[in-house]
Amino acid sequence: MIRKEYRSVAEVNGPLMFIEGTSGIKYGELAEIVLPTGKTRRAKVLEVEEDKVLLQLFEGTSGINLYQARVKFEGRGLEFGVSLDLLGRIFDGLGRPLDKGPQIIAEKKVDINGSPINPTARDYPSEFIQTGISAIDGLNSLVRGQKLPIFSGSGLPHNRLTAQIARQSKVLGKEERFGIVFAAMGITFEEADYFISDFKRTGAIERSVLFINLSNDPAIERIATPRMALTVAEYLAFEKDMHILVILTDITHYAEALREISAARNEVPGRRGYPSYLYTDLATIFERAGRIKGKKGSITQMPILSMPEDDKTHPIPDLTGYITEGQIILSRSLHHRGIYPPVDILPSLSRLRDKGIGKEKTREDHPDLASQLFAAYAKGKEAKELAVVLGEASLSDLDRLYLKFSEGFERRFISQLEDEGRDIAETLDIGWSLLKSLPKTELKRIREEYLEKYL
Amino acid sequence: MAKEGKIVKVSGPLVEALGMQEAKMYDVVKVGEQRLIGEIIRLSGERAYIQVYEETEGLGPGDPVFLTGEPLVVELGPGLLDSIYDGIQRPLGRIREEIGDYIGRGLTIHALPRKKKWNFKPLVKKGELVKEGDILGKVEETPLIEHRVLVPPGINGKVESIKGGSFTIEEEIAKIEKRPIRMLSRWPVRNPRPFKERLAPVVPLVTGQRIIDSLFPVAKGGTACIPGPFGSGKTVVLHEIAKWANSQIIVYTGCGERGNEMADVLLEFPKLKDPKSGRPLTERTILIANTSNMPVAAREASIYTGITIGEYYRDMGYDVALMADSTSRWAEALREISGRMEEMPGEEGYPAYLGTRVASFYERAGRVINLGSKGVEGSLSVIGAVSPPGGDLTDPVVQQTLRVAKVFWGLDDRLAYQRHFPAINWLSSYSLHLRNIEQYLKREINEEFPKLREMAIEILQREAEVLEIVRLVGMETISKEDQLLLEVARSLREDFLHQNAFDEKDAYTTLPKQYQMLRFILLSHDLFRGLLNKGIELKRILTLPIREKIARIKYVPEENLREFDQLEEELRREVKGLK
Ligand SMILES: Nc1ncnc2c1ncn2[C@@H]1O[C@H](COP(=O)(O)OP(=O)(O)OP(=O)(O)O)[C@@H](O)[C@H]1O
Ligand SMILES: [Mg+2]
Repeated sequence: MIRKEYRSVAEVNGPLMFIEGTSGIKYGELAEIVLPTGKTRRAKVLEVEEDKVLLQLFEGTSGINLYQARVKFEGRGLEFGVSLDLLGRIFDGLGRPLDKGPQIIAEKKVDINGSPINPTARDYPSEFIQTGISAIDGLNSLVRGQKLPIFSGSGLPHNRLTAQIARQSKVLGKEERFGIVFAAMGITFEEADYFISDFKRTGAIERSVLFINLSNDPAIERIATPRMALTVAEYLAFEKDMHILVILTDITHYAEALREISAARNEVPGRRGYPSYLYTDLATIFERAGRIKGKKGSITQMPILSMPEDDKTHPIPDLTGYITEGQIILSRSLHHRGIYPPVDILPSLSRLRDKGIGKEKTREDHPDLASQLFAAYAKGKEAKELAVVLGEASLSDLDRLYLKFSEGFERRFISQLEDEGRDIAETLDIGWSLLKSLPKTELKRIREEYLEKYL
Repeated sequence: MAKEGKIVKVSGPLVEALGMQEAKMYDVVKVGEQRLIGEIIRLSGERAYIQVYEETEGLGPGDPVFLTGEPLVVELGPGLLDSIYDGIQRPLGRIREEIGDYIGRGLTIHALPRKKKWNFKPLVKKGELVKEGDILGKVEETPLIEHRVLVPPGINGKVESIKGGSFTIEEEIAKIEKRPIRMLSRWPVRNPRPFKERLAPVVPLVTGQRIIDSLFPVAKGGTACIPGPFGSGKTVVLHEIAKWANSQIIVYTGCGERGNEMADVLLEFPKLKDPKSGRPLTERTILIANTSNMPVAAREASIYTGITIGEYYRDMGYDVALMADSTSRWAEALREISGRMEEMPGEEGYPAYLGTRVASFYERAGRVINLGSKGVEGSLSVIGAVSPPGGDLTDPVVQQTLRVAKVFWGLDDRLAYQRHFPAINWLSSYSLHLRNIEQYLKREINEEFPKLREMAIEILQREAEVLEIVRLVGMETISKEDQLLLEVARSLREDFLHQNAFDEKDAYTTLPKQYQMLRFILLSHDLFRGLLNKGIELKRILTLPIREKIARIKYVPEENLREFDQLEEELRREVKGLK
């Protein structure tokens, strides 16, 4: 095939480039821009109209001269070559090796956009993953194939928590091929290095594939990074039977890159300047988690996003929450009080929890107990608010019990060490021992038989 | 005659083509060599704006656009039930069989199977005069539902021939005034199906969800909306209604939501049995699934596909309930396409016609008499989830919906955080169907049911006021009556309104049991108040053993509602004992 080449760049604007006099160019196609130095940049067709093409560059437009740049069109979308040799390797945000490893011989090349999974092909995620963290396992349990983001804020220990989850996670009673695909988008070198060192320390690096786009790398490159990562994850999970944990960090930086392109295109902005298709765009990333009938592997996603101003209603966390299957929210106030992991229990949620816990999965009393702990902690926090306004003396006896409960709950249940992996029975037992401080009549969410057996 | 245009522009799901003089608004076109399905949504000179229902990558200027001259239609006939379709009625189950686990492009697979034979039993005879909408005959579509084959709209006259037996949907089963009649028919999704007369809804759609049925009921043929922030319980409520509602047909539209939620329905429903017949619930259910990662234009079409199928079963005389999760995603699809056409944006970037689109969707609900001569009555109830940004109810989609939906279930994230489910706020929610169904409740359940509801609402409202005072000045200043009221309100909330969808015993409550529960809690209030008036200490009242039993009335088995009589006896005995 003769690749078409043009020298007719008409305009460069931010991450965008307009080319004139084109013919036969297709929407979504990949282009390569060749600079006089011989260096190349990659770009994607965002719009075609008659003989004009709008390109979005993945590596930025700096240094491009209108009269010298040549543009070649590839006749296909952006692809990534997959192979088992990817395991243990580190790439940049566009999939070029960053380590000194050997050249990778791809088994095949795959369009990084993927295709939507047919809903009838999905198998419902229901296998409990024990992360060893009580706040998650006990109350917001993670299951295989789930997409469960961490909503955090600057300065909060989301990286430590995520690394701990990656270290400790296991499925009870099973020995299976487990791997990590890690995509960094716009985080600092230090943050990325924290993960890399941790993976190296534990040996997880051998079964990991890393894509690293740092905060000083071109922002636009980030648009491709999660898609590269998920393309690899799909290959490993659904063709090589591995259970893959995908860590995407930080979704906020990704969304900002998207906003930059939208602004350069003069699109009508949605809330706070983010494009109105942000929901759909994020969905094409997050919906790539899951299980498929008849396939052994799975993709579990743990995106991390920092909430601007700790505001959960900001469009990025808001739209993410509308797509993912729950969220783990970190609390600044717990963090200030020295509680690790500072999981804000009440607004956190795992929607797939109920399919993964209970009899024959974790323990029969788990669902009732979790529901009761939530309710009791909510009451304790209410009592605390009341005490702040009116003084503890004004509380009823019952309220005071709840107040004490919630303090114990934060100290003994939520709080744990960074190298402490609790098994699920231990987590549940801590929960029961805390409930002992409340009158039995208050434990309405728990069936009689379990009260008798476990209290 | 130009039956073919040429693409001049591609921008996401929007394609513009020239040479389209022959095209009509809302005609379906096939785009590109792969013949992707599109629909014309604006015409300007010989330029047509086309929303494409499939991923448009790989299309470019110069590619052909083929006109079909037909609007977007759904196929109607036996074989719809127990199916799952995408937003433009492509059968996802058969797509998977043909091309595998991922959704591809340019597929043409009929919505209804062509080879399958159905056993048609005529219900009219040769020579009879029939009218549009009359029932010609029936087919057992699933063991649960008989499919009634109707005389299509626009056809009236003498039955020239009609035969029973085994036919495919394309074979002729009858002839009326020289027009062959088949089981397969088509209907353009954007046009409401006609009926003779619209009636006020008077019968409740019983959902088994206590806060809905007892406090904020929706009537068959009515409309309800359920707005709320993420994770507040919209989908669970819609799933529960789809499972338990006493309508004969369920159309569940997953519009721009999660793939796993559709998988959940697909795996869960076959296990659930219809209480009357013991048959799996899938046999009365049709699913439309256009998940968030599927093409956005097909999301726009999906709710019309769903509602047209709903109307079709309504016309057969069934009570149909349609759920749409979430109408916000539908509205966003509308906004995205409108933005790409560079239309003048209205509030929050939504097009100015958002309000009319929302209204005309909900207006397709109703209790109606069909076109036929026999006065067959059917209903279509519509329940839509709304997902406003940040849970903010000033969102334009919420506001436009509130103008037309008659029942509002407002979800509250604070309740969800306490895991009080369904997190429907009892202070802000409302139902405009209360009057409509009052007679039914009095007649079928109990004369005092509506009154009990009023009392419960009053207690809950009073609770909010008292709690406000407590927050300001503490508990001490509150009168004993109000302290008792707080306890009763708490009981209403925790023992009646709170309902766990994942607990087999709690997930569904019949109206008679709802009535008994409500009555029992309110009766205890009355009797305890009597004790207070006699000067008995509140603490002694609140520690009566019966209070623990009140906390467990949820678990009184449906088969043994007599237990409430015993509980009442116990209650009265203990109350007496305190004197
Ligand atoms: N009636 C209920 N009983 C028990 N749990 C419930 C109930 N309703 C909601 N939940 C819990 O709340 C979670 C979130 O509910 P749901 O998925 O319906 O939220 P949603 O409002 O549809 O959110 P989104 O807008 O993001 O789709 C559920 O996964 C479940 O854990
Ligand atoms: Mg939902």
